[in-house]
Amino acid sequence: MTAAVPAHTARRAFDKKALVPWLFLAPGLLLALVFKFWPMAKGIWLSFFHVRPFLGNEWTGLDNYTRVLTDHRFQEAIGHTLILGIGQAVGAILLGFALALLLEGQARSLKFLRTAVFLPAVTATAVVGELWRLMYYPTSDGLINSGLHFFGLGTVQFLDNPNIALYSTMAMGIWIWAPYNMVIFLAGLAGVDRSLYEAAAMDGVSLWQRLRYVTLPAIRSALMIVLTLATIRGLRVFTEVYVLTGGGPAGSTDVWMTRAYTLGFTRNDIGGASAASVVLLCVTLLLTVTVNHFRKRGEAR
Amino acid sequence: MSAPVIDPVRPAAPDTPAGRSPQARRTTPARFDTALGWNDRPGLAWGLRILLCGVALAIFAAPFLTIFSGAFTTHPSGSSLSFLPHDTTLSNFEVAGAQGMWDYLGNSLVIAGGGLLLQLVVCTLAAYALARHRFRGQALIMLLFMMTLMLPEEVIAIPLSLVLGDVPVVHVDLKGTVWGVILPLGAWGFSVMMLTEFMRDIPTEIEEAARLDGVGELRMLWQIILPLCKPALGVAGVLGFIMIWDQYLLPLIAAKDPTDYTVTVALATLRTDPVVGSGVVLAGAVIALIPSLIVYLLLQRSLVTGIAAGATKG
Repeated sequence: MTAAVPAHTARRAFDKKALVPWLFLAPGLLLALVFKFWPMAKGIWLSFFHVRPFLGNEWTGLDNYTRVLTDHRFQEAIGHTLILGIGQAVGAILLGFALALLLEGQARSLKFLRTAVFLPAVTATAVVGELWRLMYYPTSDGLINSGLHFFGLGTVQFLDNPNIALYSTMAMGIWIWAPYNMVIFLAGLAGVDRSLYEAAAMDGVSLWQRLRYVTLPAIRSALMIVLTLATIRGLRVFTEVYVLTGGGPAGSTDVWMTRAYTLGFTRNDIGGASAASVVLLCVTLLLTVTVNHFRKRGEAR
Repeated sequence: MSAPVIDPVRPAAPDTPAGRSPQARRTTPARFDTALGWNDRPGLAWGLRILLCGVALAIFAAPFLTIFSGAFTTHPSGSSLSFLPHDTTLSNFEVAGAQGMWDYLGNSLVIAGGGLLLQLVVCTLAAYALARHRFRGQALIMLLFMMTLMLPEEVIAIPLSLVLGDVPVVHVDLKGTVWGVILPLGAWGFSVMMLTEFMRDIPTEIEEAARLDGVGELRMLWQIILPLCKPALGVAGVLGFIMIWDQYLLPLIAAKDPTDYTVTVALATLRTDPVVGSGVVLAGAVIALIPSLIVYLLLQRSLVTGIAAGATKG
């Protein structure tokens, strides 16, 4: 009889205790559900419909997908996305690593330099876009063109020439992300055991061999993370292209997301734009899972 | 790990693979301090390093000087874009103000302030539950928050704009209100994960002692856990602010008409206005740049350590 009372309170306490974490999680889960997962589900759902406001949606099956994937402007956009994504990722990684090697150290002046060099990464992309539009000004008055002029080179139509507009965009992307990667690499470099450098010096290896066999293996995990982040970022690139070129000239810088945006918001083809987004989402998820798989395997080894 | 704050240049001792002691570090010759073996003695390498640092500074930092000098110059165009202003004037800011840039800045500040506050509260609550409680489905919830990172605004933009126009169940139209931008920023997987990692490292003894004193859950979080989390909250705050300030697509799709734009979105519309010159655009860029610049320069240590911590944690 007396035992029943503590059992009862214990159970009530247990129930209350089990509820507590969910109360704390509720706001976050609710917001994620309404503004992330519900739109995602809705996007997947709408991608199977011919969306007509006021007239009701019409089920069209995979029609939107075949339409998007066979559309030549989307096909071109895939190519641009890949070139931009890979070029930007590789460029920003190489430059970021070079910056990290250059600015590694503890001197106060180096800290100041790192702070200054990191500025592009904290500046809003829209502001960076405006800055680069002015630097790319297509006459000999432009900042970069006047520099080229100084070296006796002709003016370049950075953003107006369909053949180089994509590479001009890529240069801006590298400029934004190299300092970001630099910070990650600096963190990796800081973890390198200094006595290894010392030992390498005693063995009389060259600077290149030291970088190749001591530094690179030590920062491999940092490199993998930077590569993953950069690739996913490259796939869903939007703002950089949208503010710098808007996809032009003549669609030469159109990437997957700017194309989907135009389709959805300018041409009101919600179904097609949703299908395009779902394709991108699938590729992103696939890539993330693959990279994580290889990373886990790499760590296990 | 004693604290998740990692100096990217000199990590906390447990993070170094070999765990060298400070003494060992001090006796190590300076030329093994960096991967390239830089040293301070004047010489060819020293000169080369200074030269390369100059180049890096010119490429990454100098363009910002052109923004400022152009914004204060009467008619900056092309060749007159330089690193120092000439014909100094404030007229660009007057024109930019007449174009509504100060109102857009106001929108931005409300969204950044409100969004950051909501984000910190929501993510702290979630992190507290994930770090200090054990419950069924914990791994799944963690996965859900990680997935919010994989669902960036770009990918769900089109359906999100429909959802903002008619929120499910409650059927409210958030378009044209600041809530349309603030609420979707609330649950940010990065902050949840980082704060969870940090809170896990707080010793349970502290918590148990407080529980014996009859401290409830909310007071536990507010008076015991949060004060210990200040460094992590700083990192989450700075990174969150930079992330929110950088938002472009979300304010664009959440706006009902151009007066709802944030300063970064308005910058692009300012440029397409044929009447305003590049000086005014640069003045607008300065207006959009200043708040993030202030936050960065004041708190750059937490920002940099946050990126480094996020990266090394994966």
